[in-house]
Amino acid sequence: MTHPEPETTPVLALEGVSKSFGAVRALRGVSLRLYAGEAHALAGENGAGKSTLIKALAGVHRPDTGTVLLDGAPVEFHGPADARDAGVAVIYQEPTLFPDLSIAENIFMGRQPRRSLGRVDHRAVKEATAALFARLGVDLDPDQPARGLSIADQQLVEIAKALSFDARVLIMDEPTAALTGSEVARLFGVVTTLREQGAAVLFISHRLEEIFGLCQRVTTLRDGAWVASEPLDGLTEDDLVRRMVGRDLDELYPKQAAEIGEVALSVRRLTREGVFTDVSFEVRRGEIVGLAGLVGAGRSEVARAVFGVDRFDGGEVEVLGRTLKPGAPSLAMHAGLALVPEDRRAQGLVMDMSIERNIGLTGFADTSRAGLMNRRAERSRSLDWSVKLQVKYARLADVVGTLSGGNQQKVVLAKWLATGPQVLIVDEPTRGIDVGTKAEVHRLLSSLAAEGVAVLMISSDLPEILGMADRVLVMHEGRVTAELPRSEVTEESVMAAATGRVA
Amino acid sequence: MAVTARPVHEDTVPEPTAGRRLLDKVFKVRELAVAGVLVVMLLATELSNTEFLSEQGVKDLLLNATILALVATGQAVVVITRNVDLSVGSVLGISAFAAGNYLQGGGSSVLAVLYAVAVGAVFGVLNGALVSLGKVPALVVTLGTLYVVRGIDSIWVGSDQIVAADLPDGFVDFGHDGLWVVPYLALLAVAVLLCVGYYLRSYRSGRDMYALGSSPEAANLAGVPVRKRIMTAYVLCGALAGLAGALYLARFGNVDSATGNGYELTVVSAVVVGGVAFTGGSGTVYGAALGALLLTSINSVLPAIGVSSVWVTAINGILLLLAIAVDRILALRVAAVLRKQAAQMRSARHA
Ligand SMILES: Nc1ncnc2c1ncn2[C@@H]1O[C@H](COP(=O)(O)OP(=O)(O)OP(=O)(O)O)[C@@H](O)[C@H]1O
Ligand SMILES: [Mg+2]
Repeated sequence: MTHPEPETTPVLALEGVSKSFGAVRALRGVSLRLYAGEAHALAGENGAGKSTLIKALAGVHRPDTGTVLLDGAPVEFHGPADARDAGVAVIYQEPTLFPDLSIAENIFMGRQPRRSLGRVDHRAVKEATAALFARLGVDLDPDQPARGLSIADQQLVEIAKALSFDARVLIMDEPTAALTGSEVARLFGVVTTLREQGAAVLFISHRLEEIFGLCQRVTTLRDGAWVASEPLDGLTEDDLVRRMVGRDLDELYPKQAAEIGEVALSVRRLTREGVFTDVSFEVRRGEIVGLAGLVGAGRSEVARAVFGVDRFDGGEVEVLGRTLKPGAPSLAMHAGLALVPEDRRAQGLVMDMSIERNIGLTGFADTSRAGLMNRRAERSRSLDWSVKLQVKYARLADVVGTLSGGNQQKVVLAKWLATGPQVLIVDEPTRGIDVGTKAEVHRLLSSLAAEGVAVLMISSDLPEILGMADRVLVMHEGRVTAELPRSEVTEESVMAAATGRVA
Repeated sequence: MAVTARPVHEDTVPEPTAGRRLLDKVFKVRELAVAGVLVVMLLATELSNTEFLSEQGVKDLLLNATILALVATGQAVVVITRNVDLSVGSVLGISAFAAGNYLQGGGSSVLAVLYAVAVGAVFGVLNGALVSLGKVPALVVTLGTLYVVRGIDSIWVGSDQIVAADLPDGFVDFGHDGLWVVPYLALLAVAVLLCVGYYLRSYRSGRDMYALGSSPEAANLAGVPVRKRIMTAYVLCGALAGLAGALYLARFGNVDSATGNGYELTVVSAVVVGGVAFTGGSGTVYGAALGALLLTSINSVLPAIGVSSVWVTAINGILLLLAIAVDRILALRVAAVLRKQAAQMRSARHA
């Protein structure tokens, strides 16, 4: 493809970079050039090598072959600190915060403003953090410890961290995966300003509309190999998908008509002080109910309380006519409830365990007898679901931590779908999942509903809610502010309720 | 590109709310709780035995606590980085002997102390190198060096012994005298404690230690020089164990090949009782020193109120379990406070 590139030298570039992890060839001779004042998108399916490429740029991985060029001259980053000192700011796909330290310290770790005698100026750290948050429109307390922040808040902290220094290159690996429209818009505003001031930006997202909204140029990877680098002008979403997947894609929201049956999950006046208040709703067999709202509205918290992970102060939860004992997830599982949590690293997976054992964790009842495990049964159960969800792995015995982000998400889904639930609560089911598999997950949810499973789907991805839900509940500040039937669900009606503009 | 967030002025920093202040208290309460228990215990003992807090009584108490507090300070730094140093007892023993051996030959007191510190630091380098390069759990590595150092000590000391009579008078006096009830040794330990505490709080490399212990992976991505910091922590810990060895010599004047045997467990207990989380990333050296003071006080309190000293170990153990239980409860309370606070902020924002 011969598309003209800017005449100037790229600020940061990769030339012919390859990187393997054992037998997995994550990158194969990939080149990428980032120019000042340009936002560059990186597209590709789960496991295509996007995060690996970013880590090569950031000095986390040393390329096996090929070079990194800074202002046209080859450099070798010996670690993340080198890249940072060269003006490269990175938001990694998985937030990596220090749970014991304050948010402000998290943002400025290793770069704290100092006063006389090299002492850290704690006050300045706090003030700079507050200023950053003001700019991003985030209301987090700089003094609060990072422990217990939701994934979205963690991502906001990571964003603030990347914006906190004079970056010449801003690299963002799926920063928006857990954010809703308004936070994304805020982020894009800041990023666009930076870009106009001359920063080079590299952006990864599985939401194509975001790529088109923010970037000027796109590089596509497939199975670790470079496919194309081209301007986004004149490209359609379908073109981009074809480059990524190598074929045309079926419908993204394959919603099947399902027969709506009796009430399967009924939540009445559920309250957890300071988190959510008076939440009541029902989900019927065969129905997919979307739960929308802004980050921090309390959606995940409701899901966790319903499943019994968190306690609640008042109200009750009924599954298939039986009242659940509060605070007892294993009883909830027994009653036919499953929860796919939002934070795959902290809540969804045991990162050091293999794929098969992670999936096997929910299936001891089926795969063991008299307390003894049947490893073969566990293996075949895991294999079954890994194949169904198209998890991309080398061996089932591989440690989950080495999978790409999207593939980890698929393992979490597999783990819970394998329990054959009657009521399924999914919290951001497609966070970090590529378009192809997203359609697959949607098809799966839809067919589960058709089989009579009641599905409650929490999602920050509004098109997903619009495309999949039979009914939408909207939460705002811990309360359900609207309940919209499919016919009345529009982007506007959901956003209005989510921002509290209607009661 | 003005991406840097320049420090702005007061008006952008929200005033601390009631929730915040409560939170602060809850966080500090860990040290306060230890201090509270300590004060109550000492006062109660004083009521039942008025001899207990006499001039000599206080002095003995402080002297006994000093050495443990010093070693606990170093240990706390290592534990904050999510590691542990089990070799401190052996290192204390061997540096005490090294200093005594040197003094016996007519060396100067100041140099003897520095010599002990240097010996400790060398073993710190060894531990640091093994832990940071070997990627072997610190527990196992330092268990190994515990025995190795003890072995070297036994070979070197043999059946020798250093007694107070062999030591210069000035050195022995330094170990006993003080300003009014406060022994010089305690003053030295407090000075060291304050320095280390200030370093951890106010220097980038000190903050790195917390970062490292809180999440090694995130520390690496944040560009924290992980190996260097682990090395620093171990060298500091070793040097303080060495210093404690020299002070031990000054205080007791008596060193043989068993000096410091089993000390590491007392030190680790003091650190944990003082609120330094074993999982790294939280706690302060002040807490660890208070923990040391608490543990040693119990050793003096029980005999003073007529409880047989056979109980001491059991009571230390109970204290340790209590400390862990308190940590757990506190963690839950902190979570609850954070939740309420978040709710308040939300409603305040939309008021
Ligand atoms: N540390 C590692 N050890 C072994 N394999 C790895 C490691 N890191 C990545 N891989 C493998 O390299 C491949 C590319 O992974 P990468 O994380 O770059 O994908 P990605 O494009 O970011 O995907 P996603 O969209 O799901 O985030 C995957 O097959 C993954 O399993
Ligand atoms: Mg990735």
